[in-house]
Amino acid sequence: MPYNLNVKPIYTQLFINNKWVNSESGKTFGTINPATAEELCQVQEGDKADVDKAVKAAKAAFHQDSEWRSYSPVQRRDLLNKLADLIVRDTETLASLEVLDNGKPYDKALGDMSESVEMLRYHAGWTDKLTGQVLPSNGPYFSYTKYEPIGILGGIAPWNYPLPMIMNKVAPGLATGNVMVIKPAEQTPLTALHLCSLILEAGVPAGVVNVIPGYGPTAGAAISEHLDVDMVIFTGSTEVGRIIQRASGNSNLKKTLLEMGGKSPNIIFDDAGDVAEIAAQAVDACFENMGQCCCAATRTFVQEGIYEEFVSKCKEYAMSKKVGHGGDAGTDHGPQIDEEQFNKILELIDSGKEEGATLQCGGGRHGDKGYFVQPTVFSDVSDNMRIAKEEIFGPVQSILKFKTVEEAIERGNATSYGLGAGVYTKNIDVAIAVSNGLRAGTVWVNEYMGSPGFGLPFGGYKQSGIGREAGEDGLKQFCEIKSVVIRSGNKQIN
Amino acid sequence: QSTWGQLGAIRLLEHLPLSTMVFSKDVEVKYTKLYINNQFVDSVKSGTFETLNPTTGKLLATVQEATSEDVDLAVRAAKAAFHRKAPWRTMDASERGRYLSKLADLIEENADDIASLECLDNGKPVESARGDVQFAVNCMRFFAGYCDKLNGKNVPSERNTVCITRCEPVGVVGAIVPWNYPFHLACLKLSPALAAGCTIVIKPSELTPLSALYLAHLCHTIGFPPGVVNVVPGFGDKAGQALVDHLDVNKLAFTGSTRVGRLIMKGSGESNLKRVTLELGGKSPCIVLNDVADADFDKTVALVHEASLINSGQCCIAGTRTYVQSGIYDRFVAKVKELAEKRVVGDPWDSTTVQGPQISEFQLNKIMDYIKSGVDEGATLLTGGKKIERSGYFVEPTVFTDVKANMKIAREEIFGPVQCIMKFDTIDEVIDMANDTTYGLGAGIFTHNLDHAIAIAQAVEAGTVYVNCYLEASPNTPFGGYKMSGIGREYGKYGIDAYLEKKTIVVKVAQTIS
Repeated sequence: MPYNLNVKPIYTQLFINNKWVNSESGKTFGTINPATAEELCQVQEGDKADVDKAVKAAKAAFHQDSEWRSYSPVQRRDLLNKLADLIVRDTETLASLEVLDNGKPYDKALGDMSESVEMLRYHAGWTDKLTGQVLPSNGPYFSYTKYEPIGILGGIAPWNYPLPMIMNKVAPGLATGNVMVIKPAEQTPLTALHLCSLILEAGVPAGVVNVIPGYGPTAGAAISEHLDVDMVIFTGSTEVGRIIQRASGNSNLKKTLLEMGGKSPNIIFDDAGDVAEIAAQAVDACFENMGQCCCAATRTFVQEGIYEEFVSKCKEYAMSKKVGHGGDAGTDHGPQIDEEQFNKILELIDSGKEEGATLQCGGGRHGDKGYFVQPTVFSDVSDNMRIAKEEIFGPVQSILKFKTVEEAIERGNATSYGLGAGVYTKNIDVAIAVSNGLRAGTVWVNEYMGSPGFGLPFGGYKQSGIGREAGEDGLKQFCEIKSVVIRSGNKQIN
Repeated sequence: QSTWGQLGAIRLLEHLPLSTMVFSKDVEVKYTKLYINNQFVDSVKSGTFETLNPTTGKLLATVQEATSEDVDLAVRAAKAAFHRKAPWRTMDASERGRYLSKLADLIEENADDIASLECLDNGKPVESARGDVQFAVNCMRFFAGYCDKLNGKNVPSERNTVCITRCEPVGVVGAIVPWNYPFHLACLKLSPALAAGCTIVIKPSELTPLSALYLAHLCHTIGFPPGVVNVVPGFGDKAGQALVDHLDVNKLAFTGSTRVGRLIMKGSGESNLKRVTLELGGKSPCIVLNDVADADFDKTVALVHEASLINSGQCCIAGTRTYVQSGIYDRFVAKVKELAEKRVVGDPWDSTTVQGPQISEFQLNKIMDYIKSGVDEGATLLTGGKKIERSGYFVEPTVFTDVKANMKIAREEIFGPVQCIMKFDTIDEVIDMANDTTYGLGAGIFTHNLDHAIAIAQAVEAGTVYVNCYLEASPNTPFGGYKMSGIGREYGKYGIDAYLEKKTIVVKVAQTIS
């Protein structure tokens, strides 16, 4: 399926109650192609008034007499599968739009689409399997638990994996019978809006899914402060996550599911195996999505026995990256998302140089158009440098040396983050000790970011997050659990 | 238009466009060979057997007969397909789910033909057969979604160990399927077995082999890896016994009579202790309380009438003992008589028909013997009781009243359209009466009183208790027997557990932390 050079964004309005509408204010904003820094198109800009409309529509769709509330689990399953089929049908369009809006290489955009499809199909299988329990009770009671939808979900999605980060709210949200109002990132609204056309086509009842493109401080804040939104699901920076958490306390104590930043350690032992191969994996784990990945392995700890060779292999591999427009064949590294990120990354790279890390390759802008940063590798990084502590969200690898297992675990944990972690070793005891010891939501052993499917919960320890997505545990976060206690008769019965 | 009487068909066909369905008596019988290792083959000993059309009593088809040699070939193929390096074991679990989903879609596309074949071979009304097929499709879709969700556990173990559990497929499954819901029950074994990652050898009943062979053809079209699905029609004492005895069959799933269920348990002990699940007979009670007089009286009588006579009485969970509380007894019996006499018995191709023939002459004669014993032992024959004079194996819907607990018709499974009605006064009394049986498959409770419903539901010894309904099934509602009605459960998560083996892995480490 080739990249479609001629793809054009068709959907640029707000999607409320299964209708395309303009914003109440009439304002629009431009979305930029980060490879060229040129505007792709103008999109309607939603704000509080539009969020209010959307929440009202969602509330009506969640009323106990509504069509959506009467859907059986099997009907919800069939709807999710239908939506999956439609995404498959429109994959070329969606992936090509994503290359324009986000900049990622086309094959990565295709990967995003198939991930979204699989997410839907995985969750479709769950709808009729979420069983409550009947509980042995003391006394003359018949007691059981029941999973119910939470209600109106507010979704605030990021720009790094635009469609999957909307789908990880839509799929479990719909599977469990919730309704939602979603704000895609202002940098990448296009695939979210095309998805709305498929939501309409799939036959999702009006008001169940509503999408409001707009900005964080306006539309995003309106969602997180809304008194009728029961839960906000946010993927983005820790800084904004704190704002959302405060907003919950200030408004209606809405539940929060927060997936935020990371500074994930990847710990490579002397016995890890083929140094060149693992170095390449380590670089890719860091440069995934141009470094714009919450669980990117941004601190590479290498045991002293293989340190020198490892550093040189990382440098070699990083320098082999082909940087360019995502639609060009052979590109494996695209631009950063926008000017603000671009500047932040360059500033942090400068701090690395100033604080005394050794620059192995890269270290500046690539080209003179668009927001391209050279794949950059620093070695001899120490724990107190800014590049070792702060989330860069760019293609900047920091390599640090270590001696012992205990040291690796200590230093790996010395961060306020706790999203991902990796360990490379052939030794079973080391693998278990390190994976047990690291305070991170996902620990990968011998393949960083290996993806075994959607059964695996994902989320952060400490300031990387609250709650988990995916898997059965993730799915239950989209449910309320109700206990029902029926008093009957006077005798206990076992 | 199908009537209210066909519980199964109505429930499942509510959302299906009946008017667009095309059933045909002339549907071609194409598949009459054994299906082994993705090939349709003749039996090793060149044996064949005949299957009759119970509506006409005439020959329907001649089918290859599997004996132990063929079963052995099938088990070998299934075992090879289960090898740890074989594709069925090494593909992603979600990929197995895709295979099953596609098979479900293909079955649905061919449902009218399958239903037509089933009607020819089994005699049930064709719309009822169509309902059976749809339910099989729904269950297959349910199980398809489970493949990648069979989670093990991580156990906080002691003494510096890491302990996890893995859910693995149990292995080669032998499935012995009866003649009363041939297609549905073949699918009900296949779906969870394959979802769990097992391979399977299915022996359909010699009375109704055709729809299982059609299923084999559809599996062939989907293209499972060779050996994953095998179908070997034959007789219980030869092909069935061969599966029970086979040392390479890891699990035996059986639906049929309690008598044969016992033989299978013994066979497991004598062979390799293969895991056994059994869905056997029943003598299920329906309990109707006085308060029904005030609301839904007619609906209740209709439900109870249907529960006892469903599928010409050829249903393991048929509610064949009807207990009516004394306050409404006379009114109830009068209404039951009316319904039984109105029940349309006849040609299963006619959409007004609610009751088709019994499956065979042998079964029909057995039923007539029970009816005679009812009369001889002093029960009152309220209505029916006679064979119907026409081609095929038809008997009138039959109702006995004044039935005593020690009569044969009250204790033994008749498997025919015979309802026994008994009177009771108190709830405690009827619970004891209901439980006075070696069976324990189903029970129905008809009342709107919350406390009575809870009290009886908790006290009655039955695997499924229906309240104000009967045989309302979903793919995820577990189903199975207490006591001699069975071992294990089908449908739902419990249904797939039966096809899994749990492996615990314990790793010793230097030091664990919490």
